[in-house]
Amino acid sequence: MPSLKDIKRKVTAVQKTKQITRAMNMVAASKFKSAQLKMENFRPYAGKFMDVLNSLALRVDTSTHPLLAVRDPRRIRVICMTSDRGLCGGFNTNLIKATERFMRDKTRDGKEVSMISVGRKGRDFFRKKANVLAQKVDCLSKFDMTLAVSVADEVIDPFIKAEYDELYLIYNQFVNVSVQRPTVVRLFPLPSIGSPDADMETDTRLDYVYEPSDEVLLHKLLPMYVHVLVYRALLETSAGENGARMAAMDNATSNCEELIHTLTLKMNKARQAAITAELMDIVGGTEALAKG
Amino acid sequence: MSDELILEVVTPEKMAFSGKVDEVTIPGTEGEFGVLRGHEPFLTSVDVGELYYIADGKKTYYAVNTGYAEVTGSKVTVLIETAERADAVDKDRALKAKERAEAALTQLAKEHSDYEKMRLALLRAVNRISVADKLPQN
Repeated sequence: MPSLKDIKRKVTAVQKTKQITRAMNMVAASKFKSAQLKMENFRPYAGKFMDVLNSLALRVDTSTHPLLAVRDPRRIRVICMTSDRGLCGGFNTNLIKATERFMRDKTRDGKEVSMISVGRKGRDFFRKKANVLAQKVDCLSKFDMTLAVSVADEVIDPFIKAEYDELYLIYNQFVNVSVQRPTVVRLFPLPSIGSPDADMETDTRLDYVYEPSDEVLLHKLLPMYVHVLVYRALLETSAGENGARMAAMDNATSNCEELIHTLTLKMNKARQAAITAELMDIVGGTEALAKG
Repeated sequence: MSDELILEVVTPEKMAFSGKVDEVTIPGTEGEFGVLRGHEPFLTSVDVGELYYIADGKKTYYAVNTGYAEVTGSKVTVLIETAERADAVDKDRALKAKERAEAALTQLAKEHSDYEKMRLALLRAVNRISVADKLPQN
C-alpha cells in the first residue's frame, strides 16, 4: 500500500496534467473556430470557381489538356497531408496507416510509388520508409492560398513533363469535430469536369465573349482548379486536426478527473487507516497503563 | 439594362469587396480593360496587376494576383487568389520581397526551374509597391 504522501503527490501531479489538457482543449477550440471560419469564407470562391469551370468545360474539348492526360499508371505519386503537431488522438495515425496501406497495395501491383509530404508528422514517419520527393513542414498553423500554390507547383510541372502518371491526395476529410475520415482522391489526371450532372447554379446560357479564347482560358483555369482542390484539403486538415485535438484533450481531461476521483478515495482510505492505527496505539497504551 | 453595376472581388480567404460601383478597371491577361454598366457578357483571365474601381467619385486600388473575371450586364465577379487593398499593402515587406527576388534572379540561370517562380515573385512585389504608391500621401 503506497503511503499517504505518495498518493497526495500523485493527485497533485494529475491535477496539473488536467490543467494542461484543459488549456490545450480550449486553445484547440479557438483554433478550430478560426479554421472553420476559413472554410466558410472559402465556400463562395470554390462555388463560383466550379460554376465557371464547368460551364467552360462544357463548351471546350477538355481531353487535350496535359493535366487531363491519361497514361498507363506505372509511376504513382502520393501527397500525404498530416498535421505538424501531435496530441490529437488518432488523427495522424489513421491517416498514415491509410497512406501506408495505399502505397503498399500500389507497390504490390508493381507500381513505382513516390510521395510528397505535407505536415511534420507524415514527414517524420515516411522519411526513412518511402521515397519522399518534397516536403512542406511547419506551415499549417497559419497558411493561405500561397501554400496550396506551392504544393501544386511541386506536382503540376512533373506531371506535364510525364515524370509520373498518376497523383493521389490523401488527407483527412473533415466530417465533424470528432470524425475525420482518411480519404484518397485522385488529382491527376484530373477527374472529368463539366459532366452534365454537375451542379450549375449560375446561368450558363449566357453567351460570353471569351478573351483569350475559351480553350486558352480553360488551360489557365485548370492549374487554379488544382490550387482550389489542394487548398480545400488543407483547410479540412487544419479544421480536422484541431477538432481531433479538442476531442482528444476533452477525453484526457475527463480521464484525469476520473483518476483524481479514485486517487482521492484511496488517499482518504489511507488516511483513515493511519488514524485507526494511531487510535489503536493510544487505546493499547492506556489499557496497558490501567492494568499496571 | 439595369442601371447599377455590382462588383464582387472574391478571394479564397474572404469576400474582399462587394458593392455598387460606377466603373471598374481590371488587369486582364490580354490587357487592362474597363467595365461600365451594360457591358456585354465577358469572361477573361486576370493577371498580376492593379485593379481599381470608382465609386462616389473615389478611386480605390487593389493589388491582385492571377484569377479570372466574369462580366454580365450588371455584375462583375472577380475571382483571384489574392487581393490587397492599397492601404493594406505592407510596403516594407513588398520592398524586401522585391530585393530578395532581384538578388535571386541575378544568380539563377534562365533555364533553372526557379527562375520563372522568382520572376513572378518579383512581378508581384513590384505590383504591390506601385499600388501602395497610389495611396494619397498624407
